[in-house]
Amino acid sequence: MKVPVSIRGLSKKFGLFEALKDINLDIAPGEFVTLLGPSGSGKTTLLQVLAGFVTPTSGSILVAGEELLTRPPHQREIGLVFQNYALFPHMNVFENVAYPLKLRRLSRSEIETRVRGALDMVRLSQFIDRPVDKLSGGQKQRVALARAIVFEPRILLMDESLSALDKKLREQMQIELRHLHERLHTTTVFVTHDQREALTMSDRIAVINNGALIQFDTPRAIYDRPRTRFVADFVGETTFLPVELGSGGASVFGTPLRLPDHAGASTANPRESWLALRPEKLAIGPAAGPEAEVNSFSAVARETIFQGDSLLVIAGFPDGQNIAVRVVPQEANRGLVPTPGQPIHINVHRNDSILVSGDV
Amino acid sequence: MLTAAASATQIRHYQRLWLYGLCALIFTFLIVPCVLIVPMSFSASNYLEFPPRAWSLRWYREFFDSAEWMDALWLSLRVAGLTTLIATPIGTAAAYGLSQMPERLTKPLRMSFLLPMIVPNILVAIGVFFVFAKLGLNNTVTGLVLVGVMLALPFVLVTVSSGLQSFDGNLERAARSLGATRLKAFLTVTVPQIKSSIAAGALFAFVAAFDEVVIALYISSGENSTLPRRMFANIRDQVDPLVAAVSSVLVVASIVLLLIVQIAKRPEKGAAR
Amino acid sequence: MTSVIAAVPPASSDASYFARAERREAWSFALLAVPGLVVIGLLLIVPVGWLFVLSFIGKDGGVSLENYARLAQPVYVITFVTTFQIAGIVTLGSILLGYPVAYLLSQLSPRAAAICMIFVILPFWTSVLVRTYAWLVLLQRRGLINSWLVSLGIINEPIPLVNNFIGTTIGMLHVLLPFMILPLYSSMKTIDTDYLKAASSCGASPMRAFWDVFFPLSRPGLFAGTVLVFILSLGFYLTPALLGGGRVSMWSMQIATNVSTYSNWGAASALGVLLLVVTIAILAALNKVFRVDKLYGGR
Repeated sequence: MKVPVSIRGLSKKFGLFEALKDINLDIAPGEFVTLLGPSGSGKTTLLQVLAGFVTPTSGSILVAGEELLTRPPHQREIGLVFQNYALFPHMNVFENVAYPLKLRRLSRSEIETRVRGALDMVRLSQFIDRPVDKLSGGQKQRVALARAIVFEPRILLMDESLSALDKKLREQMQIELRHLHERLHTTTVFVTHDQREALTMSDRIAVINNGALIQFDTPRAIYDRPRTRFVADFVGETTFLPVELGSGGASVFGTPLRLPDHAGASTANPRESWLALRPEKLAIGPAAGPEAEVNSFSAVARETIFQGDSLLVIAGFPDGQNIAVRVVPQEANRGLVPTPGQPIHINVHRNDSILVSGDV
Repeated sequence: MLTAAASATQIRHYQRLWLYGLCALIFTFLIVPCVLIVPMSFSASNYLEFPPRAWSLRWYREFFDSAEWMDALWLSLRVAGLTTLIATPIGTAAAYGLSQMPERLTKPLRMSFLLPMIVPNILVAIGVFFVFAKLGLNNTVTGLVLVGVMLALPFVLVTVSSGLQSFDGNLERAARSLGATRLKAFLTVTVPQIKSSIAAGALFAFVAAFDEVVIALYISSGENSTLPRRMFANIRDQVDPLVAAVSSVLVVASIVLLLIVQIAKRPEKGAAR
Repeated sequence: MTSVIAAVPPASSDASYFARAERREAWSFALLAVPGLVVIGLLLIVPVGWLFVLSFIGKDGGVSLENYARLAQPVYVITFVTTFQIAGIVTLGSILLGYPVAYLLSQLSPRAAAICMIFVILPFWTSVLVRTYAWLVLLQRRGLINSWLVSLGIINEPIPLVNNFIGTTIGMLHVLLPFMILPLYSSMKTIDTDYLKAASSCGASPMRAFWDVFFPLSRPGLFAGTVLVFILSLGFYLTPALLGGGRVSMWSMQIATNVSTYSNWGAASALGVLLLVVTIAILAALNKVFRVDKLYGGR
């Protein structure tokens, strides 16, 4: 089922603490949206409001044009997958998945068919009669997922659902979830604090911090064009250089910056501005000429860190700040790796030179 | 006997023999009065003696043949049974309600539920006697059951609350998100998870009501005497082995109850995470 | 991406709607506790409140403090002293006997602990009346204890062990010991053995590790057990009434005597109110030091 979800002016106060501050978010029908933020940012509160377990202080959530907040949790038709799975320990796999169908008074044969269908979808059919405490973490995860989708909910919510799994399994589940979503196209809200997970899985990411929505965009845009210093810092590795904004435009360390054509938005009226540089977008090379489309900074190489698939060259600027440059350790790049103490030039294409505001 | 972790860091077995010896003595102190009654009850003598010089079942026959004692036993069973039926749902409802409320509100409520444990029984006894006298409830089953429910509530509340404390509230939330109303979620998910706590609470309620004697001294008498009430009078007035026989029956009953509890506890252990 | 939904302000965006919904839910939970509170109110608060009123009514039917003034008489003072003496001895005794047992139980494997626990739980389950009766039999002049002591040559002739202070104390200790062991055990159970390992890796001897690490961590249980045993001893009636043989006058027996022998409800009420005030004062004072209510299912 594909429904649009529209969150309007949603706020939640616990006493004086503002857990959610005027959240506005429009989710398209069938979209996979991730709420990304550090712990305590309010993303789980937002999920709980959607599920109906937390009453907001004010606001509105429209699902297919109809108010959701006035409905009790059991009438919201929302599939919820918990962080700790919340499988009923006194029921086996079949009974767990059949539970929502029994509540809807489906016929025995219908229940049987749909439970099998849901378990097939998560590739767990052979475990149908297992007690849930005899399942591994990944299997429990899949049962929880099957239980949440078996009644064809309008929306699927997942609360840090993969965080209890180990790294390999988690990455595998991310891809499986993605495929499942491509099949079902249920509008999905996924909560995580893992930026890589968010980038991998989402159609769009809503970055949340201190109860406020900071940026809502596609993974690419979040990564390549973060709007604030917080977003750039939370999503990916970043070095920030202070930007002086003068009448002649932006400059760093006295050198005028060449910026992408669309850079206007974030430099519009910021209190302070930073140049956000990703290690993999930087290159070590000769100083760029004045006509080139790159910004060039001189620095001194400090050390080189071997990370297997890449080399991280740490260099220092005259003001003492460090910057990391990622070099792919292939034969062709051998000459690019400087020795400690060697003066180098760090180049970045103007389209990779992102200005972000200092606001959170 | 020691856990590996404990024995690795603690004193070795022979070095703590004194502890084992001391605890064996204390265990003897605790258990002897509970079991020594049993052999004494088979005495043929008119007096209490240990070991009895001759064995017989006469005191058991006297107990089971006496209409008065049987009436008392039957009354106590009825009172305890009714108390359990009333106190368990009331106490469970209260425990659940309190578990869902913010802590600052529940603290005074929890304390009020513990009052029957704190207020000395004798004070309740004379107060209840005074009030029941006005209401005509002295020497009635209703009166005894009401007192039983009041005394049993803290036990039910405490046991069910501790069951709810280890219960994962997300299970109930999961059930509600899957389409269950609050009541349905409570009955199909919460209750099966805390059923052994509820059963333990019910058992406590039964025992509390069955064993109650101080208040019964005031509000039950004559034909409407509970079993403990009659035993108390017998112990005070004539020390003969009849009470030993009654006590033995009760001791055996408590051992059986204890076994039931131990068996009932087991499934929840498996489900505990 | 823009929303396809028209910005119609729904009824629920009204903040007071949510506040009402939240309040309604809180109240519906409070409602679940109401039947229990009614029972306790009618059968505990009302009767005790009635006694409270009664305690301020003098012989002439007017408001007076004569019932309280009388409590300074020597007969009552002796009762108070005896009560506190017995309560103190019983509490101390239950600490001395209960701590080693709880410690042993906490160190045993779960299986062994479950078996040893029977020795604590069975008395706990057995009716106080039955246990008191058993002590009456054991401690009597020709009882088991006396005959053992004589046959072992410790004493020449039977000594009075019952119908006095000794018998009362032993009986109460037996009844109340599980109330010390159970909270102690549950708090010791939560002590991670890693702490003791850490202490011994720092160079502490097992004895030192016990006193520096284990004992302080077991204090919550010790506090709870002590408070519980002391408070229960203060108001104890059954055991002293049967094992004291009329020679030991404890507080609650004095209350009973005033009602049954003298029909003096005023005096009995004043005694009762004072006992309750003392009990609650002790509870409140110790609750300040340590949150006792937490141990009884509070969060």
